[in-house]
Amino acid sequence: MDMASLSSTLLFIAFVAYLIATFLFGGAVKSSNTQTTKSFDRWGKLAITVTILGFIANIGYFITRWIAAGHAPVSNLFEFTTAFGMMVVGAFILIYFIYKTPALGLFALPIAVLIIAYASMFPTEITPLIPALKSYWLTIHVITAAMGEAILAISAVAGFIYLLKNIDLTKKSKERFWIEAVMYVLVLVVGFVVSTLSFSLADYSAEYSYISKDETEHNIEYTMPALFGMNESVAITEGALDPLIEMPPLVNAKKLTTVVWSILIGSVIYLLLRLILRKRLATVLQPLTKKSNSQLMDEIGYRSVLIGFPVFTLGALIFAMIWAHEAWSRFWGWDPKEVWALITFLFYAVFLHLRLSKGWEGKKSAWIALIGFIIIMFNLIAVNLILAGLHSYA
Amino acid sequence: MDKIVCTCGNVNPAGTELCESCGRPLNDETKEKKIVDMRYEGSARRSQTYNKTIIDKVWNFFSSVKVGMWIIVAILVAAAIGTILPQVFYVPATNETDIAAYYERIYGTFGTLYYQLGLSDLYSSWWFQGLVGMLGISLVIASLDRVIPLYKSLKKQKTKRHISFLKRQRVYGIGKADVSEESLLKAEEKLKELKYNVKREGNAILAERGRFSRWGPYVNHLGLIIFLFGVMLRALPGFYVDETMWLREGETLYVPETHGYFLESKEFIYETYSKEESKEVYGEAIDRVGTIAKNYQTDVALYKGPEGAVAGHTEDLTFEKEASIQVNKPIKFDNFSVFQMDFRLDELATMTFQLQDKQTQQSFGEFTIDLADPQPIYELNDGYKVEVMDYYADFTGFEEGVPQSQSPLPNNPAFLIKMYSPEFPKGETSFVMIKETVEPLGENQHKIAFQSVETRDVSGLTVRKDLTLPLLALGGLIFMIGVAQGAYWNHRRIWIQLLEDGQTVIAAHTNKNWLSVKRDLDKVTDVAHLPKYLDQQDIDSLEEKVDKVEGV
Repeated sequence: MDMASLSSTLLFIAFVAYLIATFLFGGAVKSSNTQTTKSFDRWGKLAITVTILGFIANIGYFITRWIAAGHAPVSNLFEFTTAFGMMVVGAFILIYFIYKTPALGLFALPIAVLIIAYASMFPTEITPLIPALKSYWLTIHVITAAMGEAILAISAVAGFIYLLKNIDLTKKSKERFWIEAVMYVLVLVVGFVVSTLSFSLADYSAEYSYISKDETEHNIEYTMPALFGMNESVAITEGALDPLIEMPPLVNAKKLTTVVWSILIGSVIYLLLRLILRKRLATVLQPLTKKSNSQLMDEIGYRSVLIGFPVFTLGALIFAMIWAHEAWSRFWGWDPKEVWALITFLFYAVFLHLRLSKGWEGKKSAWIALIGFIIIMFNLIAVNLILAGLHSYA
Repeated sequence: MDKIVCTCGNVNPAGTELCESCGRPLNDETKEKKIVDMRYEGSARRSQTYNKTIIDKVWNFFSSVKVGMWIIVAILVAAAIGTILPQVFYVPATNETDIAAYYERIYGTFGTLYYQLGLSDLYSSWWFQGLVGMLGISLVIASLDRVIPLYKSLKKQKTKRHISFLKRQRVYGIGKADVSEESLLKAEEKLKELKYNVKREGNAILAERGRFSRWGPYVNHLGLIIFLFGVMLRALPGFYVDETMWLREGETLYVPETHGYFLESKEFIYETYSKEESKEVYGEAIDRVGTIAKNYQTDVALYKGPEGAVAGHTEDLTFEKEASIQVNKPIKFDNFSVFQMDFRLDELATMTFQLQDKQTQQSFGEFTIDLADPQPIYELNDGYKVEVMDYYADFTGFEEGVPQSQSPLPNNPAFLIKMYSPEFPKGETSFVMIKETVEPLGENQHKIAFQSVETRDVSGLTVRKDLTLPLLALGGLIFMIGVAQGAYWNHRRIWIQLLEDGQTVIAAHTNKNWLSVKRDLDKVTDVAHLPKYLDQQDIDSLEEKVDKVEGV
């Protein structure tokens, strides 16, 4: 087997291991009353062992792909997002060995699984490096930044558990609404994966020509039925669906189509779940958090920001500036990706100050941690896909 | 304002909440609290004490964390708004009219609004820079307001603290456990083993470790201040150079702002990945994407001119070095770096023509025009010659009979030419364009026939000098040290006291990471048989304990 396919196999193994470990952590959570029962020990040990085995396979994927590509596998959206998912698991393992909380695994691993699944929807082939990326700073900057973001993400997981446990879901409230909104968004990501996979399994493809904003003609291939058409689009593939709505040249209607399909299918899944379970998703998950200690979750949320913030600053700002100075002649250029890294930095700085000086602990702190994760994901997804800039490599 | 004298005899500055020495609460508000606020050790901060003069008010405004946070949030929101559309410096237009037109053409009404509100150049707007300036002031004042009293307070703290201080700590326990001198010694020993700095005063123990982490926030703020100061320095002349130059193959040009350096472009190289030469694993990507750039490179020679050398005078140059400028690999000399940023392939360099008889196409000689330096006269054999009366590098057509050139770049060269021959000593006029000739003054007998062109590549280079970099690096380094210091270490204190009534008190405080200090305390109480403690803030555990007591 050559390196590239070995690498894909290892990633798949890691993916499956994380799924299994999620259920094992579920078992550990259910059986842990005080943290010392034998049953907890058994489930917990098994769960963390499977997680670590998965993580080793994941590292194996990373190394073999590195060898196959000849450069650190962090050079396009698939590679970066996968590495991010891997590091979320790494960060979880680190925090688990400090705090020994199975509930964290129960929620952190599905997030990592979702991130890796999301990553795999992008072109996964190994790409050669464009001149701007040919630098050892690619390895240093991107890996450190992803590590920082992954540790910060654990804070959001802890915050999410804290909120699930402490929000009264029996009464109508803003908190109840928003925690359910978080659940809904997570289901939308599932919707994205499901819709991409189904259309790709059905081998859907339709080509259109269109007029771009600089008034030249281009071709574009849709992999999902075109809900939205590009500016003045004309079908090339015979029998291709006429787009329902045509968009102005500024909007990338193909991406919009993907987004809308994800929302549609995600919403259907969400509604089905609600119909089957007859409960809010948050209410379904809440019992799993009952046995976790709020104070501990609050501390984990804070601690992971404390650990992650310096790493993030070093990777996403300082190393980034050094490299930007070598590659683009200036250490700072207000490129959208740079700006959003700065926004993330400022946001977590606010988190730390509010916590230290204003005593924002518990729910407030947990909500901010969740918003922080949204900003990180925005920088990962939207800035590359929507806002044009120097970092649009995908 | 008056100083506050504590019962223990210590004289505290006005505004102190907890006696610097023994820790007694000094005002009613503090006395009412179940857990005391330990953030600044209850020390007297200027901002909390004085509020009379304008200076007091300005000081108090900027020392407030709340104000600081609002400034950060404002910067954060503004920064985000600036990413909605590309900023002016990423827009392919140079003058105001073109820029405005660009925003309107590409982004419609919203673009126009964005441009007119100044959001398209948001980061250099006075109000954005004002916000950053305010953040700088806030960093200085908020730090000074806290670090000085905190330092004094931690320096003055006594080993023996008053019970009213200890019982208001988050981790606190009291009991009639059988504690003797021996167990105090054991505790002392264990604490030392746990790398605590232990002090003993009578029946009181103060164990402390990691105090230096309390300075972390102030160290990182200092780093940020240095960084911001470095950024401001760029505005001073001489610190910062940002120039661009277009260098053609074979050309030697003065490097702007460098005081006497010249660069010669030997060759520009543009390479893409080909399936044959690249690694096999890249094949799929190359198939999907098509062309993937591999290398942009300008091979240059660097020269230094004599004292006072200026642009355009390339004589008496001394060779310094040769280098290949690639993306990520600038050439560096004398505080300057020159970066490979852009390129144009195959710009016309020379054009070769023949002077011919229109009918017979007999040639009377050939001449080559260097488009960067067209000569006025080209002498041919046997009394034939050609005069270039005018040159239009980027010809766009005639306006009221006058030829127009839209730029000095040889994108579409055209010449107004006079052809001299023995038959026409006064010359025949011809307007020569690519693929076409116009005879403005009537039918000619001769013509200029196009033979061949030579092209060359042009490198777009950025010339940079930034003397503020060492300062920025220093600021960044200090910031990282401060952040690590504050985040990866913590200040833990454990107090153990044998009271006069025979009870034993233990209390602990940490600025973060309560789990660790509790673990330390567990280890100490195990060996020394000290009373149990409670985390007075851990409601879940408190409830669980209540449950157990009630037998649930």
